[in-house]
Amino acid sequence: MRHFEINKTELKTSQVGKSIKHESAVKQVSGTAHYIDDKPHPSGGLHGYPVLSNISCGRIVSIDTREAEHSEGVVKILSAADIPGENDVGPVFKGDILLADDKIDYHSQPILLVVADSYEAARKAAQLVKIEYKTEKPQLDIATAINNKDWVRPPQVMSLGDAEAELAKSKHKLNGQLTIGGQEHFYLEGQISTATPTEDGGMFVQCSTQNPTEIQHTVAKVLNRPFNFITVEMRRMGGGFGGKETQAAPWAALASVAALHTGKSVKIRLARADDFKITGKRHPFFNTYQVGFDDDGLIEAANIEVNGYCGYSPDLSDSIVERAQFHADNAYYYPNAKITGNRCRVNTVSHTAYRGFGGPQGMMTAEQLMDDIAYYLGKDPLDIRKLNLYRPGRDTTPYHQTVEQFIMQDMIEQVEEKAQYWQRISQIKAFNQSSPFIKKGLALTPVKFGISFTVQHLNQAGALVLIYTDGSIHVNHGGTEMGQGLNTKVAQIVAEAFSVDSETVLVNATRTDKVPNTSPTAASSGTDLNGMAALNAANTIKQRLVEFISRHFEVELAKIKFVDNQVCFGEQTLSFAEVVNLAYINRISLSSNGFYSTPKIHFDKEKGTGHPFFYFAHGVALAEVEIDTLTGENTTTRIDILHDVGNSINPALDIGQIEGAFIQGMGWLTTEDLKWNQDGSLASFGPATYKIPAVGDTPAEFNVELYDSANPETSVFRSKAVGEPPFMLGISVWSAIRNAIASITGYQYAPDLDAPATPEVILAAVEKAQAWQNEHNPLTTEDLQDA
Amino acid sequence: MIQFLLNQDLIKLEAVAPSLSILDWLRIKKGKTGTKEGCASGDCGACTVIVGDKKQGRWQYKSINACLMLVGSLHGKHLVTIEAVSKTDFPQLEDLHPVQKAMVECHGSQCGFCTPGIIMSMLALYLNHQTYPGKLAAIHALGGNLCRCTGYSPILKAVEKCFEYPRADHDWQSATQLLENKLIQSATPFLVEQTRHFYLPQNLAELVRLRAEMPNTRLVAGATDLSLEFSQQLKESSSLISLTQCQELLSFQSDQSGIFIGAATPYSEFVGEFCKIYPEASELFERLGSCQVRNAGTLGGSIGNASPIGDPAPLLIALNASIELTGKKGKRQLPLDEYFIAYKTTQLADDEVISGFYIPPRPANLTLACHKISKRIEDDISAVCLVLALSTDDSQINHARVALGGMAAIPARAKQVEQALLGQTTSLVTFQTAASLIHQDFSPLSDVRASSDYRIKVSENLFTRIWHENFGRIDTQAQSLTIQPSATRVNHAAL
Repeated sequence: MRHFEINKTELKTSQVGKSIKHESAVKQVSGTAHYIDDKPHPSGGLHGYPVLSNISCGRIVSIDTREAEHSEGVVKILSAADIPGENDVGPVFKGDILLADDKIDYHSQPILLVVADSYEAARKAAQLVKIEYKTEKPQLDIATAINNKDWVRPPQVMSLGDAEAELAKSKHKLNGQLTIGGQEHFYLEGQISTATPTEDGGMFVQCSTQNPTEIQHTVAKVLNRPFNFITVEMRRMGGGFGGKETQAAPWAALASVAALHTGKSVKIRLARADDFKITGKRHPFFNTYQVGFDDDGLIEAANIEVNGYCGYSPDLSDSIVERAQFHADNAYYYPNAKITGNRCRVNTVSHTAYRGFGGPQGMMTAEQLMDDIAYYLGKDPLDIRKLNLYRPGRDTTPYHQTVEQFIMQDMIEQVEEKAQYWQRISQIKAFNQSSPFIKKGLALTPVKFGISFTVQHLNQAGALVLIYTDGSIHVNHGGTEMGQGLNTKVAQIVAEAFSVDSETVLVNATRTDKVPNTSPTAASSGTDLNGMAALNAANTIKQRLVEFISRHFEVELAKIKFVDNQVCFGEQTLSFAEVVNLAYINRISLSSNGFYSTPKIHFDKEKGTGHPFFYFAHGVALAEVEIDTLTGENTTTRIDILHDVGNSINPALDIGQIEGAFIQGMGWLTTEDLKWNQDGSLASFGPATYKIPAVGDTPAEFNVELYDSANPETSVFRSKAVGEPPFMLGISVWSAIRNAIASITGYQYAPDLDAPATPEVILAAVEKAQAWQNEHNPLTTEDLQDA
Repeated sequence: MIQFLLNQDLIKLEAVAPSLSILDWLRIKKGKTGTKEGCASGDCGACTVIVGDKKQGRWQYKSINACLMLVGSLHGKHLVTIEAVSKTDFPQLEDLHPVQKAMVECHGSQCGFCTPGIIMSMLALYLNHQTYPGKLAAIHALGGNLCRCTGYSPILKAVEKCFEYPRADHDWQSATQLLENKLIQSATPFLVEQTRHFYLPQNLAELVRLRAEMPNTRLVAGATDLSLEFSQQLKESSSLISLTQCQELLSFQSDQSGIFIGAATPYSEFVGEFCKIYPEASELFERLGSCQVRNAGTLGGSIGNASPIGDPAPLLIALNASIELTGKKGKRQLPLDEYFIAYKTTQLADDEVISGFYIPPRPANLTLACHKISKRIEDDISAVCLVLALSTDDSQINHARVALGGMAAIPARAKQVEQALLGQTTSLVTFQTAASLIHQDFSPLSDVRASSDYRIKVSENLFTRIWHENFGRIDTQAQSLTIQPSATRVNHAAL
């Protein structure tokens, strides 16, 4: 069931709240939606391809490019020495090297760029470069990094009360650990950029990026040009998921360097296997906890350490590990908490943003805690979760932000009742007792996800609204379209402002010369920020139109109404286009920019306290799974989701985000298995070995509903961000698999289950649970027959 | 020269590289960029196109991966791309084909990059069914199309919905007629670039002659594996001889003497008939690659490639199949399990081709069990593939063949396990005792798909499953639980 209908009495709108189709849908199903590689490459246009290291750690001793230079079609081979500006594309902190000239820090690190007259020629020549190295032993182990305090950025602590002292006093204490795998974004369109020199020594860059402004800045720094010489255009991405927040920059920068040296358009497109090897992924984490609680399972103190495998450089790891810390409480109150975050250096590619931005990895430990406490006390995990929820009076997070909206209890109760949690739990227990091999599991997990960039200054956006004299509207904003429907929502918002049909509004390519100084489309903030900026721009023009009509027709301002593509005032009605044209004749400006900055937010990094989030988005998922205790095979058979998007701007798009995010989260924790070889090279470097969910993995029963509740904060039309939060609903699947394994022991034992829970990991956990059971409650043959 | 149709246009090609994929030809040479490259390895389906082939007097259409299929194999075929699906080049909603319209109305595209491929897989399903064929068929049709955005719910709904609109069928008759008129079967169709050729022999005599003349030339059928050498490893291709149009190799025959399967018959063209005789093998074939791969891949290709992880080999070995090799000196047959020598090394001589496979008649008391273990159900390579074939006489095992893939450098029999089964009764103890010998037959590798320990353990445990599925209910003497066969496996998530 996909519930697209919303029935909100308080919201009387014409465009916002409608399930309008994605603005590119017709083009996408016809193959006419252009991605960068589909645009005609100018005649004489060239192709670049990087030469990659085949060691993980060491120094370059010599480079021999003779054979490659003479390879057919090769125009130039560029090295670090050919970079006119900085050889560093670090987005926040230095350290992300564009082309290695001495030190190698990870396997497949780019060293040179081959420029040739075809994609194939560039790739083939890149293989012909001979490089000698002095190889050193790569540091790949997180325990070693922790022991040696080998960080890419300093550790950080958030604390509330005195966790260590209170832990000592608690009647019950548990501790545990969890290794959580990373995740390849697997955007269907790989990394790609085309750079074309412009006449004043600048560069026009088309790039599949979530962050056009940062591409502009990076290219400018690498070329040693002022920002205004660089223009970046981004129409649409074939998927991003965080993987094109910073990871698009090297290819844009290298294409620009090559374009500068050749005077030609240069395109760089990574082949899928190399995209896997060279670009950062979701951080794997290793988390530990100690928790103290009372007889009921109410938590008294929690001491949690989250350790991110950051790779060789900082990239965005400072904020990503911080967000893991911010979400190590998930929806639960820890009266005393110490949350430590370590940013561990390992000799791999630098891990990066991925939907949830560390939040999911932190949240896993909160959910592990709940299950562990429940199995320890012999209680149902849902009861433990409900008991520990934030509620009035128990509302301070470990970073001292006060939780102000308490809808989680109600959301859980709705799912509990509608999806019949308690009936199903008892049915499942009965099933498991009579089923020797197949075990079912059920788990309900909540998500409370903080919305805002935790770097305060990023919480701003701009938009440009242009109205033409036929009444058609063109909008540019700083956000980028990667499939999430941002442009569709922004069109609905602007259409709503003028009460015109959303088809009247065209939102297309994001360009740095239309809207400057934009933030990445990340942190789920696309609509919150850009929608509000566009609304502000539209309202500026609307205000001018209203004032103009009032003057021109001598009517009171209050009597002028925009309704159904028309403007009504007094007895008169004009079409929107007529009003616009009349305003033009009377020399009224029909364009405006708009700006928005999120209120209320602040955070003190040193103290680890503040109000980093404008609001929280909530969700609840109930997962039912089956596991095979002979093989570890597993399936998710039913999912019930209730998710809070505030007042939905477009229920179809929001549900699309929720369903897609859930499946992506489920994939992260089940089939998506990143494996590295001992030499630090990636073993699972393509879709043949790295398995994202396929069509048969979508649960047969997949119920998704939107929770009926407006955002209490003044967000755009009281909606809420939706990109990331539902990703973490996938944790319910992992928790349900633990529940199925725990059934082997009569739910007395909390099985360790590292993620991803592949069949192999599950089978190992099953065997451990069986061994525990045999040790603690040896069953007799009579018992078996009774069962 | 080869001739084929691209949508409505007749194409004549001669001077192109033998390794050129349909995808690169479309995108680079023809500027037709509606077909997307997602992985160039046949694993994502973004490049799915439809290929029509005239068979039994009728044009039949199926989905394939344009990144894997070589352009040379299009000779005489009708290639249909996303550009030809709707009524106009730049369609509005009302111009869309039902499969497209359903995707729009169900909100089935988000980033849209996988969408053209999904539309083509849906269209292939639509062309082959007048009404919605059910969810399982939809999953089988789309198992090779990855979408990272939607979670597939809206896509599955769109597959159902497209059949609800008034039927819309393309009129390709004048174009296909034009092609049929142009096709004159005289010389062997070929492509050539410099000294490298792509040959399409039309009969076995011609194939054997070419093979003998050019022993270093690679043989290619569906190209679902060979193409990776070109697209992933960037190897230069030698000349290629395609088996895909050699008539004698495109057959399936079944009678009292057993089954013959032509080496170049794509899976999708014989599996239905094969599984009427061996329904136990259905799941193995349903999970072999994706629909696109099954539409192109062949037994000859899988066995010829001698991959240790191909699923057909354990099945055929367990069924005591023989391989037929044809060379200048004629045909010879040998048991399939003797065909494999070592990793990717076989008995095939330089002047021979694999022409087909013989499977003896199904024994009366055969128990056949086929099990595939992989991380994902759809389109995944086996960590372990285990096939067991037993014949029983009065519940005594008098014949046992157990073959596994993924456990050694070649697909191989578990001979000590077989010995432990022979002569025993079909009890759980027999099965578990035999299973405990797996580690004596195999020392599997640990790799990206699974560890050695897991491969051993899961192979052992599969014997417990097999016993319960096949003998549990009739084993009245055993002191153990008897359970329903349905309770031995997890349900498919989507069903």
